[in-house]
Amino acid sequence: MSNGRYGKHGGQYVPETLMNAVLELQEAYEHYKKDPEFLQELQALYHDYANRPSMLYYAERMTKDLGGARIYLKREDLNHTGAHKINNALGQCLLAKKMGKKRIIAETGAGQHGVATATVAALMGMECVVYMGKLDTERQALNVFRMKLLGADVVPVETGTMSLKDAVNEALREWSRRCEDTAYCIGSVMGPHPYPMMVRDFQKVIGEEVRQQMMEKEGRLPDIVMACVGGGSNAMGLFYDFIPDKEVQLIGVEAAGRGIDTAETAATIACGKPGIFHGMESYFLQDNDGQIAPVYSISAGLDYPGIGPEHAYLYDSGRAQYVPITDDESVKAFEYLSRIEGIIPAVESAHAVAYAMKLAPTLPKDKIIVVNLSGRGDKDVAAIARYKGVDLHD
Amino acid sequence: MTRITDVFKKNKKVFIPFVTAGDPDLATTEKLIYAMEEAGAGIIELGIPFSDPVAEGPVIQEADNRALAAGFKIDHLFEMLKKVRQHTEIPLVFLTYANPIFTYGRDRFFAHCKETRIDGVIVPDVPYEEKDTLKDDAVRYGVEMISLIAPTSHDRVQMIAREAQGYIYLVSSMGVTGVREKITTNLGEIVEKIREVTDRPVAVGFGIAEPAQAAEMAALSDGAIVGSAIVKIVARYGKDAVEPVKAYVREMADAVRKVS
Repeated sequence: MSNGRYGKHGGQYVPETLMNAVLELQEAYEHYKKDPEFLQELQALYHDYANRPSMLYYAERMTKDLGGARIYLKREDLNHTGAHKINNALGQCLLAKKMGKKRIIAETGAGQHGVATATVAALMGMECVVYMGKLDTERQALNVFRMKLLGADVVPVETGTMSLKDAVNEALREWSRRCEDTAYCIGSVMGPHPYPMMVRDFQKVIGEEVRQQMMEKEGRLPDIVMACVGGGSNAMGLFYDFIPDKEVQLIGVEAAGRGIDTAETAATIACGKPGIFHGMESYFLQDNDGQIAPVYSISAGLDYPGIGPEHAYLYDSGRAQYVPITDDESVKAFEYLSRIEGIIPAVESAHAVAYAMKLAPTLPKDKIIVVNLSGRGDKDVAAIARYKGVDLHD
Repeated sequence: MTRITDVFKKNKKVFIPFVTAGDPDLATTEKLIYAMEEAGAGIIELGIPFSDPVAEGPVIQEADNRALAAGFKIDHLFEMLKKVRQHTEIPLVFLTYANPIFTYGRDRFFAHCKETRIDGVIVPDVPYEEKDTLKDDAVRYGVEMISLIAPTSHDRVQMIAREAQGYIYLVSSMGVTGVREKITTNLGEIVEKIREVTDRPVAVGFGIAEPAQAAEMAALSDGAIVGSAIVKIVARYGKDAVEPVKAYVREMADAVRKVS
């Protein structure tokens, strides 16, 4: 078996044209992840630039209203750039800089990873090109403009389904054209090794902070931690530190779109099959000939036909559970959290909030749930208005 | 000795055309196979369309899309190839991605390959490190796994060449498939490194469209592979592409065979 396996999942399925670039990255990461100076620099950036640690907030009104388990929100939405994506962008761009790369390329779905990468590229004085499905550039026009403000070029991808997976395809193609001076900053725990491991390592700070903050506030570990899952980076970042603590239940919340019994879904664990795509063996939404399925979710950030290989392994081994949440449920949660706590969540994160709303009332009051609020919802306001048939231009 | 190495033994230089199966339909693909053989192709590469072909440029991506939109199924391809094998034994090589083979079922896929006497498979997203994913099934059914070597392969060239089967697909330039005006990579140097460790034939692909380019690439290797330039003709003429493709392949194959 090759490098970077999680059970049978993972691996390095990239064309030979990219193999040396991937191996170069692997070698560099293996070196720098043990380099105290690199880790110190990254810590300083987390703290001084990204505003870490992010707060762990007890959602008292929500808890009382739901009448069951105590709910805490991990406020990744309060990070600089408004989502957990900054953690990974800082890590990968700092690594790219150490490797002597001058140019960063990235894919983005909702635009949060693109914004985070453009931000860090600006900070580090690097050239930045972001690939974004054309449909997503329309759904998330505000983020496109933000990236341009930050000095990045945004390339609308018009191939395939014109969404996140196609943006990954184009970024991979561009990387194979120009890998000598260019680093590809993947936004999730997916792709060929070392990406799933590296992105998880740059995100695991989320779970580590939750552990410490929970010990301070409650003197014990949470019973359940949950997060939305597209590729799965915010969930992996939350879960990782708790994997050895068997008493902590890990729940990933997938985007069911219009429902897992429809073709308009992005729920990979619920509806997918094993496959090999985008550099990794994992689960994918696909047909019987292995053609990757068009996926759908209201959330451009969860609109991906696969899931990171470590999640696939956590699912196989039973260590984590994965549940689907529909568009309707997530929009209700989006509005609910806005009103009851005064926090507008990203529509991605609203999927996790929606499942907490289902689960909390069924649990006793001494149970503790931590929901990862992976991003803030400002970017989604226009899309939610459209979904509800409100014309903002009136 | 396999049918692939045989072709390279019998012909000093081999021209290898590529078409995407099912573009615009499988009936046309079948006719294209006969026409390209008649026009002087030594081996034919057939692309099995994939929804997300990351190693392909826009021309072949669009061909894949056309084939899939027209209802391409792997089962239909094998049915068509059973007919083809009643008429010709020209070596046939598939080019496709890991997922169609994996999901169709590796054993089932290669069993059908054997049945239709498919000689080799090229799977761009299965590099050397991952070759065990397909190798056992391919070997069991006598299908050769054809490896790619790229301008960026550097210290990997000999490692890959040593274990190569069929022919070595030498990628002419960085990036994805598609026509290029000029090929600037120092391919001669890479071919030399390959020759040091194996006597497997080497064919150059990516970016070749003109007869002079094909001759140049064949001169420093054992053959030239041309995909996008042919797929463009199919895109333009659709079901009427057989004659124009035949004329083009004849011109290219002649140019390659004249190289000594």
